[in-house]
Amino acid sequence: MSDFILRALLGGIGVAVIAGPLGALVVWRRMAYFGDSLSHAALLGVALGFLFHVDLSVSVMLVCVVVALLLVWWQGQQRIASDTLLGILAHSTLALGLVVLALLEGVRVDLMAYLFGDILAISSQELWWGLLGAVLVLSLLAWLWSSLLAVTLHEELAQVEGVPVTWLRIAFVLLVAVVIALAMKVVGILLITSLLIIPAATARHFARTPEQMAVGASVCGALAVVMGVLGSLQWDIPTGPAIVVAAALLFILSSVLPLRQRI
Amino acid sequence: MMSPVETSRTSLVVAMSENNVGKLMTVSDVSVCFAERTVLEHASLTVERGKIITLIGPNGAGKTTLVRVVLGLLKPTQGDVWRRPGLRIGYMPQRLHIDASLPLSVERFLRLGLRSKAKASQAHIKKALKQVGAEGTLTLPMQTISGGEWQRVLLARALLREPDLLVLDEPVQGVDVGGQVALYELIAQIRSQIGCGILMVSHDLHLVMAATDTVVCLNHHVCCSGHPEAVTKDPAYLELFGEEAARLAVYTHRHDHAHDIMGAVKPASEDKREV
Repeated sequence: MSDFILRALLGGIGVAVIAGPLGALVVWRRMAYFGDSLSHAALLGVALGFLFHVDLSVSVMLVCVVVALLLVWWQGQQRIASDTLLGILAHSTLALGLVVLALLEGVRVDLMAYLFGDILAISSQELWWGLLGAVLVLSLLAWLWSSLLAVTLHEELAQVEGVPVTWLRIAFVLLVAVVIALAMKVVGILLITSLLIIPAATARHFARTPEQMAVGASVCGALAVVMGVLGSLQWDIPTGPAIVVAAALLFILSSVLPLRQRI
Repeated sequence: MMSPVETSRTSLVVAMSENNVGKLMTVSDVSVCFAERTVLEHASLTVERGKIITLIGPNGAGKTTLVRVVLGLLKPTQGDVWRRPGLRIGYMPQRLHIDASLPLSVERFLRLGLRSKAKASQAHIKKALKQVGAEGTLTLPMQTISGGEWQRVLLARALLREPDLLVLDEPVQGVDVGGQVALYELIAQIRSQIGCGILMVSHDLHLVMAATDTVVCLNHHVCCSGHPEAVTKDPAYLELFGEEAARLAVYTHRHDHAHDIMGAVKPASEDKREV
């Protein structure tokens, strides 16, 4: 197997493994649209990274965190429904990113690579940084898992029971931002949310505990990455979309499978 | 150097802590304002060990706001909140929605309320469920249990914290009338078993009156408070709830039998408080 395929598989599986538990949380908290908005903002991060000559992963994470905090603050200020706010932020940051990229002199950007992913072009250095990031995210998730679950159920109850709710909210946004920065390379900005929610929804059919669903989502995501990468080599199709199609196929398969016990 | 105002406040706090050993918490002269609206005005409240105190009032009267002040979730715009040092609060929130996508058994739900692993033994959890009469639900998914069982499981989660003070926000909502009576009886029974103080919120006037020691009638400010029989005759109460409320006598209910969680008849337990 060629090195670039191996790197693609490793990087993709790494991202899928962390997207699993985080995606489950996004599904339970009904925050799919929130994840979508943040990932749109990632293109602005890319543009600003080029503008200020900063590493793109760093600039993407920063922009995601800023947009998330802006959103939280804005929700308290305005009399506009939060889905409208999310829509405004998602599309204006995406558009702003495109405008800034167009204005940059002397930079020619392969836009498709950012919008739909370019996993086959992942370098060894990117792979190692990515895997390090994945290990950090996983450790943080494992450490905060019970508290994150408690907050998902009822924020005020958790607070009375001694959970530091504000810190958890910030930690959750940071985790989502890191995953978006990492997943951008794999499936691209426009498809990141699918990597979060489709494997989690698939795993729901088999899971009886929150942990089973989280791990199941990682497994389904990793399976989709393998299917997508191999499929794209076999039929010469774009890898990012192939991974998402594979994830969707797994979801459809899981929902038509008859299960003895469903909870 | 201390200003006279600070001095008097300090002596007030000292006086409060010496005064009453049974006091769990005191809310004194608390006001809460949001943007343009005053939700609470000069409200005061004392919760004592072994006593049940019930907040009643129309929708939007500020009941939940006062509860949030008591719980420490909301800092009042004005006024003082005193809690006995080391006070452990068990809280039963009004609405708790669990998304259908989250597979969660009753046992796991209860475990989430325990911060320390040492206490998370299954025996401990089973005991709490037995205490609220919902031992059959242990392994069931949260989304499949009935409204009455749901409230009992929430109560069990509050009890697992071995509270000095139980705060119950609308504890009988989503429960049919027979179940409501049983639930109020259970709450009274828990109070005598573990000797905690209980602060309850209710918009129901009828059933709750029999299950409480003190009623506080709230409509942004405390309209009247005291023994339920007395409060129902208070002009402020009658003005707030109308003449109809006066015709409803305090509900009393005598049992010669009880029902288990499946609805089957069983003999009434010996230690039940006669109401």
